[in-house]
Amino acid sequence: MNGLYQGIFKRDIALAFRQRSELAQPLMFLLMVITLFPLGIGPGPMTLQKIGPGVIWIAAILSSLLAMERIFRDDFWDGSLEQYMLSGLPVSAIAGVKVLVHWLVSFLPLALFSPLLALFLNLTVDMYVALMLTLVLGTPLLSLVGAIAVGLTVGLQRGGVLLALLLIPVFIPLLIFATSAVDSAALQLPYRAQLAIIGAMLLLAMAAAPFAIAYALKVSQN
Amino acid sequence: MAGLAADNLTCIKRDRVLFTDLSFALLPGRLIYLRGPNGAGKTSLLRILTGLSAPDAGELSLDGQPLERQRDTFNQQLIYVGHKAGLNGALTAMENLRFWCAQHGAEFVPADTYRVLALLGLVGLEEVPVRMLSAGQQRRVALSRLWLKKATYWILDEPFTALDTDGIALLEKHMRQHVAQNGAIITTSHQPLSDLAGPMEELVLEYRL
Amino acid sequence: MWKWLHPYAKPERAYQLCVTLQPYFLWPGILCLVIGSIWGLAFAPQDYQQGDSFRIIYIHVPSAILSMSTYTAMAVAALVGIVWQWRTAFMAMIAMAPIGAVVTFIALFTGAAWGKPMWGAWWVWDARLTSELILLFLYLGVIALYGAFEDKQQAGKAAGVMALVGVVNVPIIHYSVEWWNTLHQGATISKFDKPSIAPEMLWPLLIALLGLALFIAAVTVMRMKNEIIRREYHRPWVKALAAQALGDNHAV
Repeated sequence: MNGLYQGIFKRDIALAFRQRSELAQPLMFLLMVITLFPLGIGPGPMTLQKIGPGVIWIAAILSSLLAMERIFRDDFWDGSLEQYMLSGLPVSAIAGVKVLVHWLVSFLPLALFSPLLALFLNLTVDMYVALMLTLVLGTPLLSLVGAIAVGLTVGLQRGGVLLALLLIPVFIPLLIFATSAVDSAALQLPYRAQLAIIGAMLLLAMAAAPFAIAYALKVSQN
Repeated sequence: MAGLAADNLTCIKRDRVLFTDLSFALLPGRLIYLRGPNGAGKTSLLRILTGLSAPDAGELSLDGQPLERQRDTFNQQLIYVGHKAGLNGALTAMENLRFWCAQHGAEFVPADTYRVLALLGLVGLEEVPVRMLSAGQQRRVALSRLWLKKATYWILDEPFTALDTDGIALLEKHMRQHVAQNGAIITTSHQPLSDLAGPMEELVLEYRL
Repeated sequence: MWKWLHPYAKPERAYQLCVTLQPYFLWPGILCLVIGSIWGLAFAPQDYQQGDSFRIIYIHVPSAILSMSTYTAMAVAALVGIVWQWRTAFMAMIAMAPIGAVVTFIALFTGAAWGKPMWGAWWVWDARLTSELILLFLYLGVIALYGAFEDKQQAGKAAGVMALVGVVNVPIIHYSVEWWNTLHQGATISKFDKPSIAPEMLWPLLIALLGLALFIAAVTVMRMKNEIIRREYHRPWVKALAAQALGDNHAV
C-alpha cells in the first residue's frame, strides 16, 4: 500500500521535473510583481520595509493561484483521475499525496527564493526569519485549501478566474496573521501567537481538506 | 445470481432524463453491445456501472450482493477504458503502464509489457512520451491494459475510436477470446461489431426528450 | 428520528411545503418590517450623541446579523444535501445565496452611509464592515461557482462544498479581521460596539430583525419554488400543475 503512494509521489515528482518550465513561470511572476512595488510606490527603504511582508505574501498568494490548477488539471483531462478512482485506493489519500507534491515543487522553490525578496524589500534579519516561518507553515495551507477549489473547478473549461474568486477571500485570515507575525518581528515583539494560529489552521486543513478534495473530485467526475 | 446486475437504474443529466428503470445483467461469458444515438446516455450508463458516477435511482449488484459493499472486489475485477485514454502525455508508454499496473494490483513484468506493445504494433515506441504518438497509437497503448491485467469485467467506451482496421480486428479477436474464457464485456461502438467479436447481446438506449 | 423529514427530499413534496409555508412567512414578515421601520425611523427616541443618523441601525443591524445567519443556513442546507444526498437541499441552498448576497450588500451600504456623518468618509476599514465585505465575496464565489456549471445538480454539490469551506472560514475571518483592525487603528472606538441600548430603541430593532428574517424566509421559499419548477419542468407532476393553473385561468 505504501509503495503505491510512493509510486504516485515519484510519478508526480518526475512529471514536475519534466514540465519544469511550467513550474518556473509562477516564480517569475512572483519576482516581477514584487519588482512592481518599489517602482510604483517609491524605493524609500523605510516604505519598502513597511509594506514588504504584505507585498511578499500577496504576491505569493497570487502566484500560487496561477500554479494551483496543476494539481489535478492534467490528471482530470487525460483520464488518469478516472483510473485512480477505479484503483480502489482511497481518493482522499491520493489527493493528500498530490497536494504534498504540489507543495514541494511549487512552494519550496519559493522559500529558496525568499532571501532575494527580503533583500529587494529591505527586510531585517528578524523579519526574514519570521517571513520564512510563516511561509513554511502557511503555504501548505494554500495548497490544501486551494486543492479543494481546484477539485471543484477542474472540469470547467474556463475555471482559472473563478478559482481565484473562490480562493482569495478564504486566504485572507492567513494573510493577516502571516503579515502581522512579520510586523511583530520588525518591532522585536514575540510572534509565537500568530504562528500558533497559522499552525492551528494548517492542522484543521490537514484533517478536513483531503476528504473535501475527494468529494470535490467525485462531483467533478459526475 | 452471478455477474453484474443493474436494477431499475435512472440517470438524470442536466435535468434531462436519460433513462429510467433500466434493468439488465452482465453475466460472465457474455458480450453486451450497448447501442443508441448520441446523447442517449451510453457513456453515463457505463460510468454508473464502473462506479465513477452514481445513478439517480436504482441499485447495482455483483454476484447477488449490493455492489456498494464490495467496491474493492469489483475494482480488482474491472478494467475500464473510457473516452479519455488515462495516459499522461509527458510519460512514456512503459512508464504509464508500469504506474497503472502498480495502482491496479496487476503485476508489471517489463518483458510481457514489451511483448503486448509489440503485438499492438508499437515496437520502438515504448520509450517515447505518449504525447508524441498518433491518436490511434495512443488508443492502442490505452487498450494494452486489456492484455496486462486479469479481470473478469471489461467496460469499454468506444474502444475502436481512432483504430485502423488491423487494430479493430485485433481487439475484436481479443474480446472474443476473453468472453470464451468466461469474461464479461459491455462495450459501445459507433460502427457495428463484426463477426470476429463473437456472439453478442444488444442493449439499446433510446434518445428521450 | 429525522424520518419525518425524508419525504421532503422529493421535489414534489418540497414544492408543496413551500406553497404551504409561503403565506406564513410573507405577510407577518412584511407587517413586522413596516412596523419596525416606521417605529424605528419615526417614533423611537434620538440618540443623544448621533442624533437622527443613528436610525440607520434599524436597517443596518438586522441586515448585518441576517447576512451571517443566511450564510450559516446555506451551509446547513449544503451539509444536509451532501450527507443525505437530497437534491432539494441544494436547491434550498442556492435559493438563499443571492438573497444573502443582497442582504450583505444592504448591510455594507448602510454601514458605509452611516460612516459619512460619523467619520466624514464613505468607507472606513472598520472591522465589521471589512468582515461583511469578505462575506459578500464568499457569497459571490458560491453564486459564481453555481453559475459556471451547466449540470445544475453537479453545480449544487460543488457550490455546497464551497459554502461549507466558507462557513468554516467565517468565524476565522471575523476574528482575524477584528484583530487586524485593533492592530492598525488601535485608538478608534468602533461605532458598532455594543452599547447598552434603551428599551424604546430595542423593541423596534427586534421587530425589524424578526421582519427581515421572515421576509428572507419568504423570498427563499419563493425562489425555491421557482428553482424546483425550472429543474423539474419535464416531470409529470409539474405538467399537471401547469395544466391546473391554466385551467384556473380559463375559469376566471
